[in-house]
Amino acid sequence: MKIIACIKQVPDSEAKVKAEDGQVTWGESPLVINPFDEYAVEGALLTKEANDGSTVTALCIGPESAKDALKHALAMGADEAVLVSDPALNEIDQVAAARVLAAAIKKIGDADMIVFGRQTLDNGSGLTTAQVARVLGLPMLGLAGQIKVQDGSVTIDRVIEEGRVTVSAKMPVVLSVVQSIGEPRYPSFMGIRKASKANIPVWSLADLDIEAPATVVKRTELMNPPVDETKVEMIEGETPEAIAEALVEKILAEKVL
Amino acid sequence: MKTFVYVDHFKGEIQPASWEAIGLGKTLGSVSAVVFGSGVDAVVKTAFEYGADEVFVADDTALEDFRAEPYASTFSALASSQSPDLILFPITARTRELAAMSAVDLNTGVLTDISALEVVDDSLVATRPIYEGKVLEKTVCSGKPVMASIRPRFFPKPEQDASKSGTATIVEVKSDALTNIEGYSASEAAVNLGDAPVIVSGGRGVSNNPSLTPPDGLSEQEAEVWRAHQGFALIGELANVLGGAVGASRAAVDGGYIPYAHQVGQTGKVVTPDLYIACGISGAIQHLVGMRNAKVIVAINKDADAPIFTQARYGVVGDLFKIVPALTAEFKKKLGK
Repeated sequence: MKIIACIKQVPDSEAKVKAEDGQVTWGESPLVINPFDEYAVEGALLTKEANDGSTVTALCIGPESAKDALKHALAMGADEAVLVSDPALNEIDQVAAARVLAAAIKKIGDADMIVFGRQTLDNGSGLTTAQVARVLGLPMLGLAGQIKVQDGSVTIDRVIEEGRVTVSAKMPVVLSVVQSIGEPRYPSFMGIRKASKANIPVWSLADLDIEAPATVVKRTELMNPPVDETKVEMIEGETPEAIAEALVEKILAEKVL
Repeated sequence: MKTFVYVDHFKGEIQPASWEAIGLGKTLGSVSAVVFGSGVDAVVKTAFEYGADEVFVADDTALEDFRAEPYASTFSALASSQSPDLILFPITARTRELAAMSAVDLNTGVLTDISALEVVDDSLVATRPIYEGKVLEKTVCSGKPVMASIRPRFFPKPEQDASKSGTATIVEVKSDALTNIEGYSASEAAVNLGDAPVIVSGGRGVSNNPSLTPPDGLSEQEAEVWRAHQGFALIGELANVLGGAVGASRAAVDGGYIPYAHQVGQTGKVVTPDLYIACGISGAIQHLVGMRNAKVIVAINKDADAPIFTQARYGVVGDLFKIVPALTAEFKKKLGK
């Protein structure tokens, strides 16, 4: 099987991200592979291990620095990596990104399974998996907590708030994974060595033989969330019961129940 | 302005944010509700009662279970023929996929998880969180229709009026399914943090009850999880008395204390309840961005310097294993339960 794991590079989740002079900044915090996409790579590697002769290609749109995120995927065990990088892609919206990813997936060729994380930590729209599936005309298996491949079909456990739905489709398929797929493995020492030496091809839009797709969603303003000025009121008392009585009185006075 | 509102339901159980979307649409002009599924007369009836001026319905066994492809094809064809200016969705796992695919079909874009929508110089400007709420952006869509998904509990819900009714318009169904539904098992306990008016959450501290002795033969880690389960049982009782849901921090989920579905925060669910009670949660930034929009926040922690207190309106420095049961008893008394 040929598996493609699509990833993105984002600021570390501990980063103090804020809006400054109309730009998003995150200080000295490192850029890392999007945490949800580590699960995508894990899901791809688990599927590879369960199906002899499979390969995993990691794919990313981003600047040259995003090679580090791809190297993380290689160090985890991906076989190959491809970066799509083009100045024309700096301000694209989700549908445009999906069209570019679809073109790159076609150029990689013969994919049986394309795996995404649930969403990214930066934009967080969670639209990309379904949009890539739609552009490619392939079945979408969303929010997989478990992936099984048999006789050319993929069956997943779709994890939603209401429970688990078992869904299947004929390959090739596009799927997104959730955390129940299993904790992403740590890169091995050998993996890190291999990744550091890897030669990652960089494809421009010209290499994909497409123009920059039209972008309709645009940001007009960036803001920091309003700072809550309320100061905490500490509730004290001699006994838990006395504290509870005082606290319940305060909460009931808020009239939120 | 002509707004479409997609009414999301799971086996007839309607996402309340669908009505909030109708309320939002009514502030801008006329609202047409869109209902898909099989045997959905009750959903259609309720959509009229919540103020839909008209309802489009696709009621067909091909749409019995949500499957992104036929839902999107049916929806896109309807939107193409009716040309609404705006399409609103309550944000759920299903509508994320449906809106995403229809935006491809209709050559437009989706503004997701919006918390505000205003008309500025004839164009719709949405406010939405990025970097999971650490930053907010205002964003516009120059495609038509503008599609947007709303965060639950950010827009007022209209009053239901049982005297309102109407006749739904039948929509042609596209049954181009590419997937098969093989089975379904309900969650052990349905967790719907997004709509919960009250959330009582537990963190790492929930496993630290020194007065408990775990059964013999457990490893250190098993004993920790066992302790945490006793702690979450107390939290569950408080949530129950308040008619609320149980949340958790990432530390509690990573520790195996409680399933991921309960996780509040950057890599979990962003929530906006009326009351949020954080028990034994120190308040890492990932957690704070997920709950700081709650109306009233109460923090209970044994560490007076825990960052959670910077977000709380009321704080208690103390032993959650004593405070939480006392709160449950006091609420029972005061709420007459």
